[in-house]
Amino acid sequence: MSAAPAIELKGISKAFGPVQANKDISIRVMPGTIHGIIGENGAGKSTLMSILYGFYKADAGEIFINGQKTEIPDSQAAIASGIGMVFQHFKLVENFTVLENIILGAEDGALLRPSLAKARDELKSLAEEYGLNVDPDAVIEDIGVGMQQRVEILKALYRQADILILDEPTGVLTPAEADQLFRILERLKTEGKTIVLITHKLREIMDITDTVSVMRRGEMTATVKTADTSPPELAELMVGRKVLLRVEKVPAKPGEKVLEVRNLNVTDDKGVHRLKNVSFDVRAGEILGIAGVAGNGQSELLEVLGGYEEATGTIRVNGQEIDLSGAHSDGQSRRARGIAHVPEDRQREGLIMDFFAWENTAFGYHHDPAYQQSRLLMDNNAIREETAAKMERFDVRPPNPQLMAKSFSGGNQQKIVLAREIERNPDLLLVGQPTRGVDIGAIEFIHQQIVALRDQGKAILLVSVELDEIVSLSDRIAVMFDGQIMGERLPEETNAQELGLLMAGITDTDRPHSVAEIEENLANAGVGRAEVGD
Amino acid sequence: MEFLTIIQIGDSTIRLAIPLLLACLAGLFSERAGIFDIGLEGKMLAAAFLAAAISFVSGSAWIGLLAGITISILLSIIHGLASITFRGNQLISGVAINFLAAGLTVVVAQSWFSQGSRTPQLSGSARFEPIVLPGALSRMREIMEASPMAQLYSELISGHTIIVYIGFLAVPLSWWILYRTRFGLRLRAVGENPAAVDTAGISVVRLRFAAVAIAGILCGIAGAYLSTALQAGFTKDMTANRGFIALAALIFAKWRPWYAMGTCLLFGFFFAIDNRFQNIQMPALWFVIICVALAAGMLFYAIRRTRLDMVVLGGFAVVLLAVAVAVVFGTESLSAGIKLPTQLTQSLPYILTVVVLAGFVGKAIPPRAGGEAYVKER
Repeated sequence: MSAAPAIELKGISKAFGPVQANKDISIRVMPGTIHGIIGENGAGKSTLMSILYGFYKADAGEIFINGQKTEIPDSQAAIASGIGMVFQHFKLVENFTVLENIILGAEDGALLRPSLAKARDELKSLAEEYGLNVDPDAVIEDIGVGMQQRVEILKALYRQADILILDEPTGVLTPAEADQLFRILERLKTEGKTIVLITHKLREIMDITDTVSVMRRGEMTATVKTADTSPPELAELMVGRKVLLRVEKVPAKPGEKVLEVRNLNVTDDKGVHRLKNVSFDVRAGEILGIAGVAGNGQSELLEVLGGYEEATGTIRVNGQEIDLSGAHSDGQSRRARGIAHVPEDRQREGLIMDFFAWENTAFGYHHDPAYQQSRLLMDNNAIREETAAKMERFDVRPPNPQLMAKSFSGGNQQKIVLAREIERNPDLLLVGQPTRGVDIGAIEFIHQQIVALRDQGKAILLVSVELDEIVSLSDRIAVMFDGQIMGERLPEETNAQELGLLMAGITDTDRPHSVAEIEENLANAGVGRAEVGD
Repeated sequence: MEFLTIIQIGDSTIRLAIPLLLACLAGLFSERAGIFDIGLEGKMLAAAFLAAAISFVSGSAWIGLLAGITISILLSIIHGLASITFRGNQLISGVAINFLAAGLTVVVAQSWFSQGSRTPQLSGSARFEPIVLPGALSRMREIMEASPMAQLYSELISGHTIIVYIGFLAVPLSWWILYRTRFGLRLRAVGENPAAVDTAGISVVRLRFAAVAIAGILCGIAGAYLSTALQAGFTKDMTANRGFIALAALIFAKWRPWYAMGTCLLFGFFFAIDNRFQNIQMPALWFVIICVALAAGMLFYAIRRTRLDMVVLGGFAVVLLAVAVAVVFGTESLSAGIKLPTQLTQSLPYILTVVVLAGFVGKAIPPRAGGEAYVKER
């Protein structure tokens, strides 16, 4: 092809203080293609795209758009060059209508009325052209995440973007919604748009992209045709060594019931029924995986079990009922019963970011007699030494207990939390989103630890929005939707499609379902709003 | 009560509501853009002083007004620099402006005029005079003898200073700007989600400065009104916490212009009652009934609320019942009149403020990005 690349970056470098986020990056994205950029967290993907969108100024390097050298000092310039960006966290005004969000910043004239009228017409034609139907008068906070994402895409198209950058677009979507997004992207591609897809999910890259570029530690390590590569090869390029993509595990040997949950109900402050008659068991030596789109009650379930949300119903641990309401329900009482908890949001619930690693490993267990020097004073040296040993065993890098929690990468922070909880030898481990924002290399290690704990005969409750993770780790899978358990499946007897339908609240999974039906179901539930951290 | 008395209370309500309304709208623009402005009080005070001083020196209330607006905008820009440019804490910056104004006005007034921290009495063109609308009666005797409609027109509608009319016009104008113009859309957006505005290619900083400057203008007018229209000269601390009451009114009004007008008129009404009736006489029975009814209402409301609300409202109710009981046993007969202390009527607007701030008026959702400096995320 002789056409000029839609985007060409030459020698882009960007440093934040001592951290070199982008090192001499060059890339060519051909027009009318879907180009994937894959890399671990902190590999510099988002920084690179932020430079392209005018959020940061590159320290060195040149940008060419459609063969023209272009300066992009701010977002306005990026928009003018035909670049549109769909961020991982949507940039929408929640209490504005779809129409108001679309015209924001792209109004014609000082008065709103003509702009709104024009946008309404334009939206109708965009909907016809690309199959992007959205109610223009709906308020953003009332519509589902998939719809919100569509508004973001429409925002870019309304600004006449020819190049669309999507940053981790599927993180908050159900598999069905993700499939639909990919169909939209393919439609956009056939209409001649250029799409850059940033993701850390190998499957998405393989499914939809034409070309893929791999980034590692701020450098572009390879650009290959998707057809010529394979997931293991890409993973190796991302991490720099061979990675096991599937967890290796022997069949589970379930023992006694460790956790019995019966008719659990939670109503939040706003009167929304968050958990509806949830019942399940977890046995010793097995992993029960809870799948579901974020916001369908999984967080509340973990909070109740972890002791910091009130509920009605019964929970038995090792046959003994635990108190669900009132003063005796807290994290401390749960730990005394042998429940350890790796919370979903490690930066807010799992760690105190401005505290040292050794302080963080003592939290929740600070009453341990081994940590006391006398009645009043704690034996900090003992904690430090123990922490150093734990960090060694859990391969935390750097293994320095004197660093603050915030100075570790996501994966290493997670390892610190895991080390604290697992090393207490609990009967039941609650794990929420164990690998959210964690690198592939660390994911492998964390998964191995969880499986090893299972093999020691512990009960594990795993909550994750990553379906792949649930399927590969769990011995049984329960799917949550709208605060209820829609059904339980065995991982070897189910598939992503069936689980995806359950995640959308559809239980008669043998019958074919249209996307419209799934969407309607999700919208009616009124849950599944994006509340996902990075 | 005579019809004319009611009209006169209404007239007084309007006069006293106007500075609140202007300050409330100032806060509305600022907070809708995501900048908390606790410095409304200080800006009004500084404007009140400078407007009076310059009016006296120049002999023109209009030049005084301009000076008041200028100093208020200057203080706004300081607030903007601290909280927008340097991303400092908006509350601290606002409090600093209040201190600055409270101290400087007194010191400068003393060294300039040597009249005990006041400006000299303003008269003539150094003050905004009431405007008598066409056909309105201006003499008290004529008004007293006129028909009710003429009284209404002459007393309530006519006879205010130009700033009163400006204040009322500012309400629909604010509404129109906020909901019908591009600037308003962006301003509301920047208070809800500045990242959305930023990625749309609009400068968050410029928008927020514009909002803060508008707040400065409105505060300036409010301050000038106090010293050159409502009163004739500046006195120490003459704003009397109106800036803070305006903030409470803003919450009560749920950050909307028309609601703001209603709320400020309500607060103005309480001030007017206090002005009009220094000593309210009422039969003890009435008083007891009012107290018990209020207590019952609070308890009824509290029953369905959280534990904290029950404690707070329950406390209020207990105090009210105790007062009622004290009155029952303290007076000889329940039909005898008792005199309400002036302190009670004086404190009404402030009590209302506390009640509003305690959140007993239903849920008010503030602009979501309020109080936070915008930092681009990495």
